[in-house]
Amino acid sequence: MTLWLHLVALGLLATLAGALWRVWRGPSQADRMMAAQLVGTGGVGVLIVLAALQDWALLVVALALALLSALAAVGFVKAQTPDGAGDPEEQSAHHGGQYHPAARQKDGAT
Amino acid sequence: MTLALDLALCALILGVALAAVAGAGVFRAVIFFITYGLFVAIGWARLGAYDVALAEAAIGAGLTGVLLLAAHGRLRRMQADTTERRSPTLSAALAGGAIALALGWAWFALPAPQPPDVAQALPQTGVGNPVTAVLLNFRAWDTLLESIVLLAALLGVWMLARDADWNAPLGPRYHARPDGVLAYFGRFLPPIGLSFGVYLVWAGAESVGGAFQGGTVLAGVVLVAMMAQLLRPPRVSQAMLRAALVLGPGVFLLSGLAAVGLGREFLSLSPAIAKSAILIIEAALTISIAVTLALLVIGPAEDPEPGR
Amino acid sequence: MIFDLATYVLTALGLVFFTAGTVGLIRFPDTFSRLHALTKADNLGLGFIALGVAFQVESLAQIATLALIWALALLAAGTVAQLVARAALTTSQEDE
Repeated sequence: MTLWLHLVALGLLATLAGALWRVWRGPSQADRMMAAQLVGTGGVGVLIVLAALQDWALLVVALALALLSALAAVGFVKAQTPDGAGDPEEQSAHHGGQYHPAARQKDGAT
Repeated sequence: MTLALDLALCALILGVALAAVAGAGVFRAVIFFITYGLFVAIGWARLGAYDVALAEAAIGAGLTGVLLLAAHGRLRRMQADTTERRSPTLSAALAGGAIALALGWAWFALPAPQPPDVAQALPQTGVGNPVTAVLLNFRAWDTLLESIVLLAALLGVWMLARDADWNAPLGPRYHARPDGVLAYFGRFLPPIGLSFGVYLVWAGAESVGGAFQGGTVLAGVVLVAMMAQLLRPPRVSQAMLRAALVLGPGVFLLSGLAAVGLGREFLSLSPAIAKSAILIIEAALTISIAVTLALLVIGPAEDPEPGR
Repeated sequence: MIFDLATYVLTALGLVFFTAGTVGLIRFPDTFSRLHALTKADNLGLGFIALGVAFQVESLAQIATLALIWALALLAAGTVAQLVARAALTTSQEDE
């Protein structure tokens, strides 16, 4: 069982490495943010497996990570709105919630 | 197999760290830094330092991300120049390498210090978690000064406000669609986060947890509630806010002085009351740490009319 | 014995879903299909991992913690997927 759980943890780390490739590649900021979100979920998975391997106290660390995993992404969508404090759902209401490719402006920021 | 796992983790930590500093683009660097915090937390977990892993997970993967992403968005709105300067990378790499070599040499060359046996003295500290025992009992001086440093950092951030804005609400005027997903999330998460934060402080006396970890989790959910426009940003002049900020360092300092009054050394705890004293100090510290961290992330007071 | 078998099967399934999420994240052509791939697949994967590990626990409290971890991850993923998709609609697709 110990060997198998090590293999599972290794496999999870490998999938996270794949997600890191997407963080590097982009191309949009949303792509990078979502890839980081996947790394967060995978990290929770690794910690759960490590809890079974090492010490069940690690479940508390996994819980903290799961609880705060949305925080960075919420900060990201806030920063994307025009005044940096809004909600993307308010914004898209202006366009009737429709997908308008013309409404996208290239901001050129990195 | 353990070795393979650790090697893979080391490779990931180094790779993410390199990607954060080597690649072009500020946003990419920020995202890599967030994932870096997560892998370092797993690294601490592998090393058995669960309290550090907890702090790193909450700070590195949670609060720092919000702070850096908000700063990046602000730079973009101000149309600040975000192109990187061509810095002298070679000399920086050489200096960094030299420091790493010197530290490596010191690690192998210096005699291993004989630390006092924490496990032996643990029964007198009132708590079962050696990390808490060190933080709140053996090395209480450090922790007291650290809590004051945190307060000084917040004052430094507040100083960045313009004179005219001094009494404006702190941070951006967050708004959200009242029936939207964000508002729902902001209502759902804080009750769970509050219970978990309080649990961490309580459990920290005997197992993984502590005032700093609990305070960070509380700061995180307070931020979520603020960003979902469910919690009004406070003003610098509010007496309750100021009281919350100085409560932790104040109680800590008073407990130290009380020890002097009882004829003991400053900040020493009598074994008879150590457990309850530590819990009271930690509860006060948690409130101050939570408020300070949340306010550090949202930033100084700002003009109520954005874009002026 | 039977518990160990359950752990083997369920964690293997979890790993399959995590791999599927990463493959989708790498292979799918645009931001929205990538969002769709990873928010569903990797959270299902986390559920299977948590369920698999739950067969090894020492106490009921640990099972409850595992369930809470998964519930929180689901809540976060649902919220984030919705918000990031909206943000991607209204802002630029390519940033550099």
